[in-house]
Amino acid sequence: MAKILVIAEHDGATLNPSTAKCVACAAQIDDADISVAVLGSDTGAVAAQAADLSSVARVVTIDNERNDPAIAAVLAPQIVALANGYSHVFGPSTAFGKDLMPRVAALMGVNQISDIMSVEGSHAFKRPIYAGNAIVTVNAPADHPVVATVRTASYQAVEGGNSAAVESADVDVEMPSHTRFVELQTGASDRPDLQSAARVVSGGRALASEENFELIYKLADAIGAGVGSSRAAVDAGYVPPETQVGQTGQIIAPDLYIAIGISGAIQHVTGIKDAGTIVAINKDEEAPIFEIADIGLVGDLFAIVPELTEALG
Amino acid sequence: MDKILVGLKRAVDYNVRIQVKSDGSGVETDGVKMSINPFDEIALEEALRIRERGEASEVIVVSIGSSESQQQLRTGLAMGADRAILVESGDVPDTLSIARVFKELVDRESAELVILGKQAIDDDNSQAGQMLAAIWERPQATFASEVVLDGDKARVTREVDSGLETLEIDLPAVITVDLRLNEPRYVKLPDIMKAKKKPLDTIAIGDLGIEAGPRLEETAFEPPAGRQKGIMVDDIAGLVAAIKDKGLV
Repeated sequence: MAKILVIAEHDGATLNPSTAKCVACAAQIDDADISVAVLGSDTGAVAAQAADLSSVARVVTIDNERNDPAIAAVLAPQIVALANGYSHVFGPSTAFGKDLMPRVAALMGVNQISDIMSVEGSHAFKRPIYAGNAIVTVNAPADHPVVATVRTASYQAVEGGNSAAVESADVDVEMPSHTRFVELQTGASDRPDLQSAARVVSGGRALASEENFELIYKLADAIGAGVGSSRAAVDAGYVPPETQVGQTGQIIAPDLYIAIGISGAIQHVTGIKDAGTIVAINKDEEAPIFEIADIGLVGDLFAIVPELTEALG
Repeated sequence: MDKILVGLKRAVDYNVRIQVKSDGSGVETDGVKMSINPFDEIALEEALRIRERGEASEVIVVSIGSSESQQQLRTGLAMGADRAILVESGDVPDTLSIARVFKELVDRESAELVILGKQAIDDDNSQAGQMLAAIWERPQATFASEVVLDGDKARVTREVDSGLETLEIDLPAVITVDLRLNEPRYVKLPDIMKAKKKPLDTIAIGDLGIEAGPRLEETAFEPPAGRQKGIMVDDIAGLVAAIKDKGLV
C-alpha cells in the first residue's frame, strides 16, 4: 500500500483548489491510502473542506498559532514529524508548495520531484523540463519516501461528498523564530483567481499601457473570468506580477483562455498548454500563439476587444 | 556583512529552443549556446548592489559542474564578483548534493548570505535554495522581488500567487530571486580583461566530503504532446459564434 500525505494549501478559512488536484494525482497511485495534512491556527473549517474530498481516507490537523500565516521554515519540521511512516508526501506546485516541499525533502534527506504531470508507477513519474519543451520520466528510489510537488494544471480536482475522519495530531518539534511574516499585499479584486478560474483573459505587451488594460478587465468581468498577462506586460508595469502566466509565472488550465496581444513565446505557452480552448487575438498573423490556438482572429485588439465584450457580456 | 555567496549555473541559453534526442536518451545540448541561468544573473546583480552600497565586502560566485562552467564564472567575475569557486563534478549532481556543497562552502567561507536564482531554466526544479536553507537551519526567502538589508536582518518581498508577501528574516539566510528584482548589468570589455586576473579556484567535488543524495533516475525523455492548430475566423461575429458553439460562455 502507498501511504500518501498531501499537504493542504489554505488561507486559514478556505482550502485552495490546488489541494483537491494533489489528491487527484495521489489517487492515481495503486492502492493509495491518502491523508491530508492541514496545518494552521484554527483548522476546523479547512479540515472539514478537506474531509469532503473523495479519495481522502483521513485528515490530520495541527493547530498552532505559529502556523498562521504559513511560513515554510515553521511548517517543514512539523510535516517531517507527521510524515513518519508515509511512503509519499505531496504538495502543490504553487508558490506555497514550491517554497515548502524542497525544505521538507532536504530535512528528510531525499531529493524532491518537481511538477508531477503523470503517474507511471508508485515511484515513477513524468514531469516537464525546459519550459515544457521536454518531458522526462523520473524514477525515485524505492527505499526512500517520495517527496514531490504536483503540477496542478495536469489534474482535475477530485469531487466532494466524502466525509473522511478528522484527527488532530501533536508533534513535538522545535519551530524556528528566525523567519517572521510582515504583510501580504493582494491586488484585492472580486475576480476569480487564476488557479481556479474556469475562464481567463490575458493581455500582453500590445496593450501598451496600464490604462489600456481596462479593456482586458472589462472583457474579463463581462464573462466572469480571471485576468492574466504575459511576462512582457508585467515587466512593462502594466499589471502586477501575480497575473503572470508562463514558465516563471503561474501554470494554469482554465476551460477557456483568451490571449490578447500576446505573441506566444514558448515561456508563455508552457503556462497554458492544458487549457481547454485557447482563443488568440493578435494583429500579427505570423504570431506563434496562432500555432496553438483553437480559435484565432487577426486584427487590432483595440477595435476587437470592446466589440467582443459587448457581444459576450 | 562580510561575504555573499552567489550560485551561477551553466544552462542552455534562454533563447535556444531545445530538442529531445531521437532515441529519447536526453535533450540535444551539443553545439547549443550555453549561458548563465538568467535568474542567477539577477542573483549576482543583487549581491553586487549590496556590496556597492557598502553592506557587504566580498561577493563570491560558485558553480558546480564540468570545467566548462569556468566560462560562466568568468562572466560573473566580469560583472563584478570578487572571486570564483568551481566545484568540479563530471555530471551536475542531484539537488540535495548541490545544497550540501553550498553548505560546505558557507562553512568554509563563513558566508552570511547566499543568493540563488529561484529556478534554473533547464530542469525547472526550483529547489536548491530551499534545500540549502533546510540543512543550514537558516531562513529562506524565495522568489524575491525586493531585498532590504537592515543590520543583521533582511526584509524580503516575495512574489506569491495571491500578490506580494513580505518576510523579515534573520541573517545568515538564503534568498532566491525572481525576475523583477533587478536588471542585471551588461559586461564591458575592460571588465572582461580585468576578470581574467581575478582568482578562480577549483575544488574537486570528491574533496568536499559530500554525501550524495538518493538519486532520482531519469529514464526517458520525450517531446511534449503538441496542441493542434485550430481554426482562424475572419471577424468578430465569427469569433463570437465559435466561442458560443463550444458552450464556453
